[in-house]
Amino acid sequence: MIRLEKRPQPSRAFSLATPVLAVIATMFFGGLLFMALGKEPLLAIKTIFWEPLFGEFSFFYRPQLMIKGAPLVLIAIGLSLGFKAGIWNIGAEGQYIMGALFGAGVGLAFYPAEGHYIFPLMVLAGAFGGWVWAMIPALLKVKFGTNEILVSLMLVYVAEQFLASMSLGLLKNPEGFGFPGSRNLQQYESAFNADLIEGSGMHWGVVAAMIAVIFAYVLLSKHRLGFAIRVTGEAPRAAKFSGVNPTRLVLFCLGTSGLLAGLAGMFEVSGPAGQVTIDFNVGYGFTAIIVAFLGRLHPIGILLAGLLMALTYIGGDIAQSQLGLPAAAIQVFQGMLLFFLLALDMFTNYRLRFGRTEVA
Amino acid sequence: MTLTKLLTGAAMALGLATTAMAEDKTKVGFVYVGPIGDGGWTHEHDKGRLAVEAEFGDKVETVYVESVAEGPDSERVMTQMALDGADLIFTTSFGYMDPTINVAKKFPNVKFEHATGYKQAENVATYSARFYEGRAIQGHIAGSMTESNIIGYIGSYPIPEVIRGINSAFIHARKVNPDVQFKIVWAYTWFDPAKEADAAKVLIEQGADVVLQHTDSTAPQAAAQEAGNVITFGQASDMAQYGPKPRVSSIIDDWAPYYIARTKAVMDGTWTTGNTWDGIGAGMVGIGEISDAVPAEVKAEALALKASLADGSYHAFTGPLNKQDGTPFLAEGDTADDGTLAGMNFYVEGIEGDIPQ
Repeated sequence: MIRLEKRPQPSRAFSLATPVLAVIATMFFGGLLFMALGKEPLLAIKTIFWEPLFGEFSFFYRPQLMIKGAPLVLIAIGLSLGFKAGIWNIGAEGQYIMGALFGAGVGLAFYPAEGHYIFPLMVLAGAFGGWVWAMIPALLKVKFGTNEILVSLMLVYVAEQFLASMSLGLLKNPEGFGFPGSRNLQQYESAFNADLIEGSGMHWGVVAAMIAVIFAYVLLSKHRLGFAIRVTGEAPRAAKFSGVNPTRLVLFCLGTSGLLAGLAGMFEVSGPAGQVTIDFNVGYGFTAIIVAFLGRLHPIGILLAGLLMALTYIGGDIAQSQLGLPAAAIQVFQGMLLFFLLALDMFTNYRLRFGRTEVA
Repeated sequence: MTLTKLLTGAAMALGLATTAMAEDKTKVGFVYVGPIGDGGWTHEHDKGRLAVEAEFGDKVETVYVESVAEGPDSERVMTQMALDGADLIFTTSFGYMDPTINVAKKFPNVKFEHATGYKQAENVATYSARFYEGRAIQGHIAGSMTESNIIGYIGSYPIPEVIRGINSAFIHARKVNPDVQFKIVWAYTWFDPAKEADAAKVLIEQGADVVLQHTDSTAPQAAAQEAGNVITFGQASDMAQYGPKPRVSSIIDDWAPYYIARTKAVMDGTWTTGNTWDGIGAGMVGIGEISDAVPAEVKAEALALKASLADGSYHAFTGPLNKQDGTPFLAEGDTADDGTLAGMNFYVEGIEGDIPQ
């Protein structure tokens, strides 16, 4: 007989080991999947994990890792604060879109003026856009007790409608022959979030992600607010007794996560993406939820998880093109990662017992 | 001794070089916006890729990446293909336009072909199909067959490509049936079975007995089948599995002839940039078998219309035509030029409702 037994204390060792074990399990079962598809499993795994980092063209892929990872880390850091306190912002994708629209909108409003003040204003506008969008579920929650999961998620679809409307209307490139999509900010120097060092992939969004990691680390380990967040998530009643104001906490957590998601959207639209288009959002806001949990809601963990996730995307595309693996197989592979993480996570709180149950 | 060695070495090097030359296949990359699946836009592009492989066999190697998001992801995938030695890269979505131009700048020796865009460069050509010619035939059949005089239209996004299709279908439906009305629903998606099914149901409830779609899934076909007495047309792929009714015909994207020709041009070293916009005549737009659910004389008229579009004796946008607001668009006998068609952002007279902004 095998049975689960609750651990008296959650295992710290297991909590740290889970992500590593999940990655190993994903490699193993992913390898079996690739083998079933008639591909060389080791080659496929190597292509996904090794090629972008140390392969022939790693000079190109390493910067791409930053570009792909930065928005994930930035959003996931914000989400992790709320998740730790049991406040569930599922709508980062919408806040990301609104941040991009506000940021790009401000930039385009100045077109074609050039000036050093334009980009900082866009950053502020982007942060504001994401923050406002997150304040809707936050205020509804504190005033009327609505469920922030549903409200924030539904607002993603509202934001997508705004995005479509802006790409087709207000922000449409007047020189675009009637096609949807804004002017390309990459061609507008004052608004372009360029690589700080040409070809390094280090744009302002990467810098912001680094700062967010440090900020979250300090907040959670040193600041009173960080304590309030942790204690609310772990023991809500105790939090009340220790004087935590739940209303302020909801506003802070949702607001911060919205702000960071908005920033991510703004840095993306003004840099790597360049344009407001109907299909601007590619799911960073949702993937960041996986990143947050894969990183154990810990700032450093999230940084690593964001890079790992970026690696599977980039490596996955290489595997598609070099080995002819279908995109669906890559997506299953990424899904496995979360699945194994959650499955193995159980062993943080439980352990397996073999043998018969002793009768007391 | 040393000399012999040296010579052997040189000979070997030469030998190796020759083998390398012989094995130097032309590498063609394809970047897809959706999954290949079993129908629709990307599926048809992939059929084109397979046709290139079938045509040239060992002399080509094709690679592809599916479900590539527009923006930085597509730029990365294109760069990766170029780094891996692709000689020719087809980028098959409008949103790949700026990324294609960006990557093309970095790889001047690689040829790029961007579908449905308007930006060209020394090594970037553009291509698209005159789907509106197919829409004219759809409009003709729809206008002839409708009994409720209400034709439903599922639009994807209000962009020139889609508006052109609506106008073309409407003009030809009105020609055969002056009482015809169009009801247009914007789905804001190219492919979303759930949304498309909803849109089709709404249109059918509003009395439409013909549903035209500019979205890729078969969901509207299924909804029409369920409702009974409604006819539809396949989009991008033939969707023959829904024939003979509701699906009575289809517009099929056929990229194979173009892809083969352009690959051949790269092999021969004759590739040059340009803008190709081919229709029924060149075979880029196919009209799926018109089923027996269509009355014989309507079918004959539709085929005659197809023939006249194919040989260029008739243009789908021929005056007299007014814009929706009543201002003149084309005088008697005039035809629309490609520039106007490419950026078309207005309805023709008779269509109700506004284009969403």
